[in-house]
Amino acid sequence: MKVDLRSNMDFLAGLMFIGVGAAAMIVSRDYPMGSALRMGPGYFPMVLGGIMIAFGIYVMIHGLVNKEQVKGNWSLRALFVLPLATVVFGVLMEETGFIPALVVLIFISAAAGDQFKWIEVLVMAIALTAACVGLFIYALGLPYPLLKGM
Amino acid sequence: MELFNNLIFGFSVALSWQNLWFAFIGCFLGTLVGVLPGIGPLATIAMLLPITFNVPPVAAIIMLAGIYYGAQYGGSTTAILVNLPGETSAVVTCLDGYQMARQGRAGPALAIAAVGSFIAGTICTLIIAMFGPPLAEVALKFGAPEYFSLMLMGLVAAAVLSSGDMAKSLGMVAMGLMLGIVGTDVNSGMARFSFGFSELTDGIGFVVVAVGVFAVSEIISNLSERTEDREVFTKKVTGLFPTWKDFKQSLGPILRGTGIGAFFGVLPGTGPAIASFSSYMVEKKLAKDPSRFGKGAIEGVAGPESANNADAQCKFIPTLTLGIPASAVMALILGALTIQGIAPGPQVMTQKPDLFWGLVASMWIGNSMLLVLNLPLIGLWVSLLKVPYRFLFPCIMAFSCIGIYSVNNSAFDIYLAGIFAVIGFVWLKTEVPAAPVLLGFVLGPLMEENLRRALLISRGDPTVFFTRPISLGFMIATVVILIVMAAPAVRKRKEQITG
Repeated sequence: MKVDLRSNMDFLAGLMFIGVGAAAMIVSRDYPMGSALRMGPGYFPMVLGGIMIAFGIYVMIHGLVNKEQVKGNWSLRALFVLPLATVVFGVLMEETGFIPALVVLIFISAAAGDQFKWIEVLVMAIALTAACVGLFIYALGLPYPLLKGM
Repeated sequence: MELFNNLIFGFSVALSWQNLWFAFIGCFLGTLVGVLPGIGPLATIAMLLPITFNVPPVAAIIMLAGIYYGAQYGGSTTAILVNLPGETSAVVTCLDGYQMARQGRAGPALAIAAVGSFIAGTICTLIIAMFGPPLAEVALKFGAPEYFSLMLMGLVAAAVLSSGDMAKSLGMVAMGLMLGIVGTDVNSGMARFSFGFSELTDGIGFVVVAVGVFAVSEIISNLSERTEDREVFTKKVTGLFPTWKDFKQSLGPILRGTGIGAFFGVLPGTGPAIASFSSYMVEKKLAKDPSRFGKGAIEGVAGPESANNADAQCKFIPTLTLGIPASAVMALILGALTIQGIAPGPQVMTQKPDLFWGLVASMWIGNSMLLVLNLPLIGLWVSLLKVPYRFLFPCIMAFSCIGIYSVNNSAFDIYLAGIFAVIGFVWLKTEVPAAPVLLGFVLGPLMEENLRRALLISRGDPTVFFTRPISLGFMIATVVILIVMAAPAVRKRKEQITG
């Protein structure tokens, strides 16, 4: 009778609530609590943290009872690639300007799916970048350099 | 008649060229995302929020509202033609709408959905115009304790009435409140939960959370599931106009659907899906021959479609008059107001009458536009369905990233959104609902502020929430909602409805 907790949906959800709640309470200890009359900055987060832990425990026990498993598939590829794409976009916006950032973003994003075709993505990248430059830079007047330092 | 003066004033605002144009863009985009599965009004509004910063507040809100109710229209189109609900609210429409399409009656089904939505929209515009001002007037007299109790009731109701597990929803409200108070504390000037990042002392950006959790993690989730090719109902849609008999059969369901939708609309948390499902059940019960349902009964399209549109519009009542968002989309609209420098609450109506009445009038105009826009353009919408998802999601990514970056011109926000995308995906997988986070996030600072003020007034006595009659009323309502929704029978029924 070994329950696989790693894929027990509610157990994990409860763990998340408890974790966040506990972390918030630990961090809030550095903020003055004050009294109910004059609440310090630590009061509200401390209470919220306690509430989260309480719900977390409830949800966790619920999970231990109903043993429901996490459903569906995980695309680790998408889970890794898409956040990576956003980070790279951020870096390139600062370093190289709007056009390179956007083109790279589109390429990396497209690679998150499993039907990556070079020609298709290239055409899409060009068209979409052109559209975005037109819309955001010219029509809406956002002040970003198209190309930096080249 | 003050009501008519106000409405006339509203139309004079909404009929300016600029506002008409934004209403049109909103409705168009709304229909577009309503048609396209895999992207909903929530993600769209989140992505487009930053674009509205350069636009006057009235035009911005008109456009965002247009996206919202336009999406309800668009969702029905795909439900009828492809048996694929573009939005969750259109799930019920699939039952009879698709059957009608298979019988060659796609035209009347689409037309009656549009007409029903239009009638519902018209009635709800009047409802908002009638009940908005008195409600705001009452709310203006609220003190801090009343406000705190009201927010508590709104959040609790929104959490427990929405789909999903009650304990998880409530936990997520707390999570949202917590995220909302990140940043500098107004009273003490202390930076909370900033972990040494100077960017976090201004708080977490609203757009960052919304786009990360609702746009990007949706994509991760969609890419995780193998998508089979969609089969589009390609038979040409002919004979758009319903017969006189269709109209007669639909009028009752449309009016009842509007009533049901308006009722659920003002309740926090209940999405349009609950309204349309209830309307379907009512029509099935009232029908002389219930066996026709599921086989192409026009009442099964007319009622639910009116109900979900009525619900979508009446959600604006608590949002605009009380400043309490009744759903995640409304939280976004409030967020947009805040970014525009307008503090949400009952004072909006007196301080910014053009905003309130302009929006109300624009809803009616938008509904007329949708009626005109949708029926002739059905061919276009259907062809859009054939666009594969692999073209769609890089576009969503591009708009999302540009949108987030443009708020503060800060790369930090983009990194944070990447983190929220991962967190959002974990939430999706463990089936903790993300919508309550957004509500809590918007209300977090306000709620803390009112709690502080209330306890300051009462000299630290927490019974203040139970000794002031209005506040006590809200508190009792909160407890009643909790008890009722926790009752096993109600819980079971809710699971059936929201699946």
